[in-house]
Amino acid sequence: MKKSVNSLKLDQQTIVTGLFLVIFLMFAIFLPGFFTAGNLLVLIRSVSVLGILGLGMAIVVIGRGIDLSMIATLSVPAALVMTLAAAGYHPVVAILAGLAFSIATGIVNGVLVAYAEIPALFTTLAVGIGIAGIGQSGMFEYDIIAWPVELDSIAWIGRGKIFGLPYSILAFAAAALIVHVFLKKTRLGFFIYAIGDNLSAARITGVRARPIIILQYVMSAGIALFAGLVLSASSNSMDTRIFNLTWIYDVILVVVLGGIGLSGGRGGVMNVIIGTILIGTIVNGMTILNVSFQGQNLVRGLILLSALLLDSIVNPRNEETAKQGDI
Amino acid sequence: MMKTISRLRYKYWPDQIFGEILQKSWMETAVPLAVLIFTIVFFSTQIENFISPANLSDNFRQASELGFVVLGISLVLIVGGIDLSVASIFALCNLLVLYCMHVWQLPLPASIAITLVFGGLLGAVNGILIGYFRMRAFLTTMVTLIVFKSIHDLINVKVAVPISSNFPDSPMWDTMGYGSILSVPTAVWAFGIVALFCHILLTRLRPGWWLLAVGGNRRSAYNIGLPVNRIVALSYVASGALTSASAIFYAARLASPGADTGVGLEITVLTAAILGGIRLGGGKGSVMKAILGTLIILLLTNGLLRMATSAGTARIILATILLLAAALDIRWFKNRHKAVQEMYVSPAYLKLPEMPDDVAAPNAAFAPNDRLKNVETIGLGMIEAPEDVILDADDNLYSGNRHGEIIRFFAPDYKRHEVYARIGGQPLGMAFDAGYNLYVCVGGMGLYRVTADREVELITDETNRSLLSVIDDSRLKLADDLDILPDGRILFSEATVRYEMHEWQTDALEGRGNGRIILYDPKHKKTTTVLRHLTFPNGIVLGSDGQSILFAESWKCSIKRYWFDGPKKGDVEMVIDNLLGYPDNINVASDGNFWLAIMGMRSQVFDLAMRKPGFRRRMAKQLPGDEWLAPNINTGCIVKFNEAGEILDVLWDMHGENHPMITSMREHKGYLYIGGIYNNRIGRIKLDGADETFVSSGKYHVG
Repeated sequence: MKKSVNSLKLDQQTIVTGLFLVIFLMFAIFLPGFFTAGNLLVLIRSVSVLGILGLGMAIVVIGRGIDLSMIATLSVPAALVMTLAAAGYHPVVAILAGLAFSIATGIVNGVLVAYAEIPALFTTLAVGIGIAGIGQSGMFEYDIIAWPVELDSIAWIGRGKIFGLPYSILAFAAAALIVHVFLKKTRLGFFIYAIGDNLSAARITGVRARPIIILQYVMSAGIALFAGLVLSASSNSMDTRIFNLTWIYDVILVVVLGGIGLSGGRGGVMNVIIGTILIGTIVNGMTILNVSFQGQNLVRGLILLSALLLDSIVNPRNEETAKQGDI
Repeated sequence: MMKTISRLRYKYWPDQIFGEILQKSWMETAVPLAVLIFTIVFFSTQIENFISPANLSDNFRQASELGFVVLGISLVLIVGGIDLSVASIFALCNLLVLYCMHVWQLPLPASIAITLVFGGLLGAVNGILIGYFRMRAFLTTMVTLIVFKSIHDLINVKVAVPISSNFPDSPMWDTMGYGSILSVPTAVWAFGIVALFCHILLTRLRPGWWLLAVGGNRRSAYNIGLPVNRIVALSYVASGALTSASAIFYAARLASPGADTGVGLEITVLTAAILGGIRLGGGKGSVMKAILGTLIILLLTNGLLRMATSAGTARIILATILLLAAALDIRWFKNRHKAVQEMYVSPAYLKLPEMPDDVAAPNAAFAPNDRLKNVETIGLGMIEAPEDVILDADDNLYSGNRHGEIIRFFAPDYKRHEVYARIGGQPLGMAFDAGYNLYVCVGGMGLYRVTADREVELITDETNRSLLSVIDDSRLKLADDLDILPDGRILFSEATVRYEMHEWQTDALEGRGNGRIILYDPKHKKTTTVLRHLTFPNGIVLGSDGQSILFAESWKCSIKRYWFDGPKKGDVEMVIDNLLGYPDNINVASDGNFWLAIMGMRSQVFDLAMRKPGFRRRMAKQLPGDEWLAPNINTGCIVKFNEAGEILDVLWDMHGENHPMITSMREHKGYLYIGGIYNNRIGRIKLDGADETFVSSGKYHVG
């Protein structure tokens, strides 16, 4: 009996879920056209790329890092795949080349964070700038790469539907399932939690922390490539100039809003899904309400702020429990 | 031949300076400084006119604008937070000040004041959320970045046209934007003043120390009672206000209400701060680092731009340099103290005369005996580390202890004791003046006085700084023993300026002249160093002529005489050059001779090691400290000598049971009282045939 009382504790995940339900119900009741199957599919589809990126970010954040280079690793390797395919390479070769590129990026991030001990925030920021720079320095003919016909054999990941469900939603679902299994059912996933919770304790118990940190960034880069392919398939092109930081902030918010603490070692895939759907709901409702883009940003920001504020009032941090060096 | 070269090398080559320079806290900034110099050199060879006045003034103007924001974010970083919202605060403040000047046509000071307050208020939003509601800085400021930005975008559409179609008539405003004062851009002046203030704040003022304390360890800061919430909140207010100052200069220069104003600024300033060496997580940072980081990032981006590299290449180069610099700085930060540890200990060449080899002979000067066997013990187990002992006119016995107190044992039986005074540091040498005020040398603290009313007062804890010394030798690190001169001045020894009290063994290993004798003049309340480069000067006693002192140089195993007055003023003469052990305190005996405590015995091995600086240097580098060779401080003796340097008497405890370890002794009414810094007791022994009315201290008034 006691356990059920404990499980009702108002943690951030519960707060955000509650907030989501309230907003969802309000929209469903007061907003005509919101609670229809078609609209709900549009809602999820509109955030599925964000959700996939959030999954990659979640792995890194659980390991007490952060990956700000994800937008660059979303666009440049995906554009590379498309360029190579358009140049006549076999799609498999093209995809392998893109994968190799994104894995290399992840390794660079990981080595700099794990071995050079540069803060993850700074490392991934600089690597992101560098990757965007590589994308802009003559690798591609144009800034915007069109989806080549040669890749149409895999274009379904962003476009097609099965039983009325868009594949991009299924891609999100599949990615979520894989990441979930990785985090919760494999030893490496467990080690990531251990490292995020307490790096030195994990090392003392014999976890080889540094290679696993590299693995985190490799995985997030790989997931970013996947998201990039889904995105470019669905929008039929990839803009290599989207080295745009507000988007990465959205990714972080999705992760953290759902309840994955930036101090690491907490949360899972469920948190990402809740965060993603909350953002999707807000954006979708406001689009129906015809709120301007800036207005949407404002409202979204205020809602996020109140969610974070509510959490810190309900679960206050104090000087005794706060970790030194958390920001 | 080789020996001579080695001797000369260790005598004249200033080994110790490298460790001392490396140990300086400003060496932390070495990597950013090197990167900056490298950047400047590189671009000035690649680009014509890179360091021309026009280009420099342009760069400095931009650097100052950026610098305001970097300063702000640095303050926040030092407290242990982060402020991403500066970009949007910057944009909003830019709009506001332009609207004030262009549309409302407010006077310049009013516009500036309004904008600064507005920036501070925006910062206060962050501050309240993070400081008082304990929200996470990164997320909170990220969200406020988005919120402020969207507010800016909403307003910008409405105010851009009115701003662009009106122009203020304010020459001052133009001067702020692109004018100069004494051919230095206005923005640079303003930034210089603000930066100087921030530097003083962080290094000299209490609120600045609070910032560092909260950033260094929030929990401790909270526990010692600092208003942590308020300090955190105020750092964000400061960041907001500094950002608005930057926006004001930016607005004055460009007068542009662009929609993209400030986009990405948070990344630039964060990069600048980290490049300068300010650490994420708090507690470390300085204004100098912020400025260096700002200059590096600005010169890099401008230089790459002017080299006409493509945007892509510029980004790759920028990212590479940022990562290299950060990696280097972090390695340096992490390993500097190891380098200091290896470099700091720098043994010198010290050749002691051959030890007297006939110690065991029955008639030898130092022949062992067992006269201390019958020492009575006072306060056994009740006192720890009585380095020096002293008695007052009523025969009460005083001694310092390890806990930083002075203990008084009551005459006549010395069974009862009390804490006479609490000092806070280990009391070492002591002396009474004629009013029975007790003067005490306190390790790590300086020279103190316990008045007859038991008030503890600081006499002096600093002396004049030597002109050419790298380490700051103005603070007293190890004041050791003192005596009061007939005219009331005080001469005291400071054993070493390079080590703390607990590191005395390392100083012994160095065998360098790190110590000095210092004169305190109570009339002018002035402290001056009178003798330098002494090898662990220890005990001090006034000579019989009242114009000189005798002092012990421990690691040199010698007693010297220094004339502070009279015809020989300033002279130093050797009295005893070849003691059997390391001399400690000296005090007068009733027959006009002197008692000398020998705290430890020389050994052939250690003497040899002192002639082999290279050996000791390798030892200090390669072995952990507790495996280093150390002088023997287990057994000592008491020696009576005269001013001619003759050994008159020696008292030993051969079996080492009662009182083997001796650092001081004091004759008082026919008894000799003995202290030893590693003892848990004070010893007392009756002296045969000594003057039973003799009192050793309390002769002269101070001042």
